[in-house]
Amino acid sequence: MYLATTGRRDAPPTPSRGRRRVPGTVLALGAVSLVTDISSEMVTAVLPLYLVVGLGLSPLQFGLLDGLSTGATALVRILGGATADRGGRHKQVGGLGYALSACSRLGLLLAGGSAAGIAGAIAADRLGKGVRTAPRDALITLHSPPEELGRAFGTHRAMDTTGALLGPLAAFALLWATAEAYEAVFAVSFCVGAFGVLLWVLCVPGRRRSPKPPLRPASPGPRPGAEAAPRARGGVFSALRSPAYRRILLCAALLGATTVGDAFLYLLLQQRLELDATWFPFLPLGAAGVYLLLAVPAGRLADRIGRRRPFLYGHGALLLAYGLLLAPVTDVLLLGGVLVLIGIFYAATDGVLMALTGPFLTEGRQAGGLALVQTAQALARLGAAVAFGAVWTASGPRTALVAAGLALAAALCCAAGFLPASDRPAEPTPLRED
Amino acid sequence: MHAETDVRLSRHARAWILVLALVLLGGGATAYTLRAASGRQTGATGTPVAGFTLDGARPGALHFRDTATGRVARLDPSASGGRVAGGPACDRFHAAGPTALCLVRRPGVPARSYALVLDDRLRETRRIALPGIPSRARVSASGRMLAWTMFATGDSYARSSFSTRTSILDLRTGYLVKNMEQIPLTLDGRRYHAPDVNYWGVSFAADDNRFYATVSTGGRTHLVEGDMANWSARTLRENVECPSLSPDGTRLAFKKRVSEGPREPWRLYVYDLRSGREHPVAERRGIDDQALWTDPGTLAYGYGGAVWSVPADGTGEPRRLARGASSPALPR
Repeated sequence: MYLATTGRRDAPPTPSRGRRRVPGTVLALGAVSLVTDISSEMVTAVLPLYLVVGLGLSPLQFGLLDGLSTGATALVRILGGATADRGGRHKQVGGLGYALSACSRLGLLLAGGSAAGIAGAIAADRLGKGVRTAPRDALITLHSPPEELGRAFGTHRAMDTTGALLGPLAAFALLWATAEAYEAVFAVSFCVGAFGVLLWVLCVPGRRRSPKPPLRPASPGPRPGAEAAPRARGGVFSALRSPAYRRILLCAALLGATTVGDAFLYLLLQQRLELDATWFPFLPLGAAGVYLLLAVPAGRLADRIGRRRPFLYGHGALLLAYGLLLAPVTDVLLLGGVLVLIGIFYAATDGVLMALTGPFLTEGRQAGGLALVQTAQALARLGAAVAFGAVWTASGPRTALVAAGLALAAALCCAAGFLPASDRPAEPTPLRED
Repeated sequence: MHAETDVRLSRHARAWILVLALVLLGGGATAYTLRAASGRQTGATGTPVAGFTLDGARPGALHFRDTATGRVARLDPSASGGRVAGGPACDRFHAAGPTALCLVRRPGVPARSYALVLDDRLRETRRIALPGIPSRARVSASGRMLAWTMFATGDSYARSSFSTRTSILDLRTGYLVKNMEQIPLTLDGRRYHAPDVNYWGVSFAADDNRFYATVSTGGRTHLVEGDMANWSARTLRENVECPSLSPDGTRLAFKKRVSEGPREPWRLYVYDLRSGREHPVAERRGIDDQALWTDPGTLAYGYGGAVWSVPADGTGEPRRLARGASSPALPR
């Protein structure tokens, strides 16, 4: 079974657990994400300030600029995944996404005060982000042994979050050092992003893990059967033929639709604690820190006990966070508890969902399949945020939180019964070349 | 491991390319940052020049923020250039009666702002630290009630939307409402709760108790009438932002949303509280400011880096009062 699913005829039996290293490719992908996230979070952190203080745009205008590009991301993600699957061009498509985002910083520099130019640059960044995510996650899947996917995704997400934490710090340090020269932030962000693209180009292998010698792009003709990708039939939605994949997709959407979004939780937390607004931006940083620390352990746990359980436990942690916000507890317990629980929720669900989905995808269709799950989850969460806001408006925050908690509990029960019991397909995914 | 890649370079060569890129990109970033930093001087110091006071000004002199220096300035025909810029450094400024309100922002992590309460000699009497970007500042005609609004960017970390925080300070009691969002709100006759309620642009009536402001929720803006003593607010009508009550208390000047696009979305209107009628003023550009009544028939406001004025009754045309200026105020 292991032999079949690792896709390596000559692979030794699974070595004694624990001491194996994370594949070099995953570390390379993690390094790219770390560097890229420093670059992108630098801009995200200062963009509102720049537009309002630097350019004098009103927040309304900024909201309109921003709204222009948000809607298209979901579609682009699936397109990116589908394109990457065609002929296994994960590296090219992902690289295009990274390059697009890096170049959007130059767009911000060149746009000056033009609203249209800034809107274009923001849209390019979003587009790049949407395009690159699925190919990157597909590469992680392709280059990790299936039984260690959880740890691979955990390692990647921990490195990614490290970049996201460093980015704002770097940006504010630069603003402080240059007396608010926003263009310096954009220029530095471009340099960091360009380095990320170079890391991607030089250190990330393009082809899937394969026991065969690499294909020569120069000689595509002679061995038509050598590449798995062209043989996988159907488009992005071909993954839906697998019942296990359909169940995962459904559960991700169902749980996503009952996840109110941490922004609301931070808002509720701030209201309960009557926290000074100065400290508000640090709440998500606290949760991100917990996520960072727990991403790898959660991934390893997922590899050991099966991925469905951490995924469910993670949502259980979120449910506890809802409960804690309703319970009469001390401020310290409330603050620490909610932040830790949100961190656990992300650590146990974000990468783990990808690790859960990966083994059920046909060779050569990973990017599309992962993109579909991510998009379904994102859209469901968007719906949940709208619904939560509506219930809050109609009946107040407590009622909304109780309703969200009940919905999440019900969704958890459904998901517990519905998620595939095993981490692997009952019959190994046909790896025809083996 | 199988180390095959599309780029067929040796490990050694790739390492060298990365190091070279690190040096080049790092050098470029450093050079750009140094150049950007050297082209700027840190903001003006906050202390006003001796002799620049509110009570020392000629009655009716227009005060504003001088864009070039960042300091509070006033029109003075006897001075060279027609103005004196000797006040404190402020990002937003307003003054009435014996009180001035100065909002300043200091860069840092996170960006901190301060509301400085100044007396008629522009000496600081109270300093309140606040998060966000200064947006609106108002002092009631008597100088007793102060209200200001900040844009808070931290509310939606790593997301690009804004919310506002409006604070009210009663100088006589010293009571400070840091964020007025918890005020019981009646919207269209019904008690209203929502997570997205935002207030901004407060304007006090002569009794220092009644006030007008904007509330935004569910993507719409409403004019609210508030009561300090009862601590309650109710909406009066829709699509009103940054109201400014006329000195006689009969009319409100406000920003009205006239376009959904990002270009020039607002027009300046005047609303008669008794007749319930509104009319646009003869300013066709998109004004994003809380207007100031310089007299019962005239409005002043900032637009495009200058302070302008226009008759409140819809006649006439805009006239520029001061270039390189914002935050008009008329301490009496």
